[in-house]
Amino acid sequence: MSKVRVLVGTRKGAFILESDGKREKWDVSGPHFAGWEMYHLKGSPADPSRIYASQSSGWFGQLIQRSDDGGKTWHQPGTPPGEPPAPGPPKAASNKFAYDASAETGKPLTTHQWYDGTQHPWEFKRVWHLEPSLSDPDTVYAGVEDAALFRSTDGGENWHELPGLRGHGTGPKWQPGAGGMCLHTIILDSSDPQRIYIAISAAGAFRTDDGGKTWKPINKGLYSQYIPDPRAEIGHCVHHVAMNPKRPGVLFMQKHWDVMRSNDAGDSWQEVSGNLPTDFGFVIDIHAHEPETIYVVPIKSDSEHFVPDGKLRVFRSRTGGNEWEAMTKGLPQSNCYVNVLRDAMAVDSLDKCGVYFGTSGGQVYASADAGDSWAPIVRDLPAVLSVEVQTLP
Amino acid sequence: MLPQHLRTLAKVGNEVELEVEAPVTQRSVLDALEARYPMLRGTIRDQVTQQRRPFLRFFACEEDLTHEAPDAPLPAAVASGAEPLIILGAIAGG
Repeated sequence: MSKVRVLVGTRKGAFILESDGKREKWDVSGPHFAGWEMYHLKGSPADPSRIYASQSSGWFGQLIQRSDDGGKTWHQPGTPPGEPPAPGPPKAASNKFAYDASAETGKPLTTHQWYDGTQHPWEFKRVWHLEPSLSDPDTVYAGVEDAALFRSTDGGENWHELPGLRGHGTGPKWQPGAGGMCLHTIILDSSDPQRIYIAISAAGAFRTDDGGKTWKPINKGLYSQYIPDPRAEIGHCVHHVAMNPKRPGVLFMQKHWDVMRSNDAGDSWQEVSGNLPTDFGFVIDIHAHEPETIYVVPIKSDSEHFVPDGKLRVFRSRTGGNEWEAMTKGLPQSNCYVNVLRDAMAVDSLDKCGVYFGTSGGQVYASADAGDSWAPIVRDLPAVLSVEVQTLP
Repeated sequence: MLPQHLRTLAKVGNEVELEVEAPVTQRSVLDALEARYPMLRGTIRDQVTQQRRPFLRFFACEEDLTHEAPDAPLPAAVASGAEPLIILGAIAGG
């Protein structure tokens, strides 16, 4: 019988929630890395036992952790699991994220726009998102703050920037959002290994069609009132982008405000906010088997980061947007003021599709019926930063 | 002496003893610490800039050595092993 493993990153550690295919009873392990901010954990599609995790702290900086046994044990790539290694120079630097400033890249950027419009040097702060390769367990991408894309091809032991993104030329116009200038979305295209989508707050979405050498902004159709030219090529605060791997090229985006859709791999976007009570939000995800069924959690506004009217509602569209229905069964419908952050929703690939999300109040909710009804797996974790799901045989 | 999170990370107790060749400085102690416990690389000093992380402090012999030069000799009592070099996380809520 199939199993489900839910990987939860929180402000104070990571938790792993496991269930059989019924998704009724759950085993909870954790906190792993207690006390550390766990921005993201994600398993390799090519080897589900391989999980990568981003561990960070305001005091001690960034670390990368890796598990080769489904989250039971962890180690920093390059240091052996278990006891401290023998003396000698370490062979790896799994937490060294050095921006590429080599002449070969052509345009080693040194500054981006700061909050006040002045230019500010690029400074590495943390890894927001880890995206393992679809085919190689040792290859993994990292989206970082200040925004850049890194890749490791040795299981996370060493990281190298893909400098073509920052070298694209628009870097001086990129600026931080409230959470920092983060590259938070990485989508690998299963139908074209050379194609990758990424998104940055606040710069916008970008696409490469040559494996990361060159990039183009894909923001045509986005409209943002908070930048001088609302239809500018660069400067949009994209919160998250999702793509159903079975239908590459069709993208859904939750922007700062507005829910958007692209049918042409991001070359153009149309708004599909429709009848949502508010189109501000962070998460967006897609049903595993129904590519026109999408999910968002509307948030009241950019200054009130909680659900509107004290009601926690997942909105589902079965028409690819515009027409939305509120999913409320099992979710609190009064006095609820939580937020759901951009990487804190995921779907499994069972039939029926399971949908999961975590809140700033520490609840992780699961629906085993594509959103019709919900139940909490856990209620009182630290604030949830990310939720990912592995569907296991 | 290490902060709790780094003790957990390196799987060590409160205090770590290191053999350090003279001159004994902040830099040589941290180099020896990171060579013995590579999982601590980047946690006390930035991996790229080698600068002390802003929320970490260095104390020894009831003195604040945080802003001493990395290559300045540490007190003789630290070099001899009589007193610890204390690496401390600055107090901050959260």
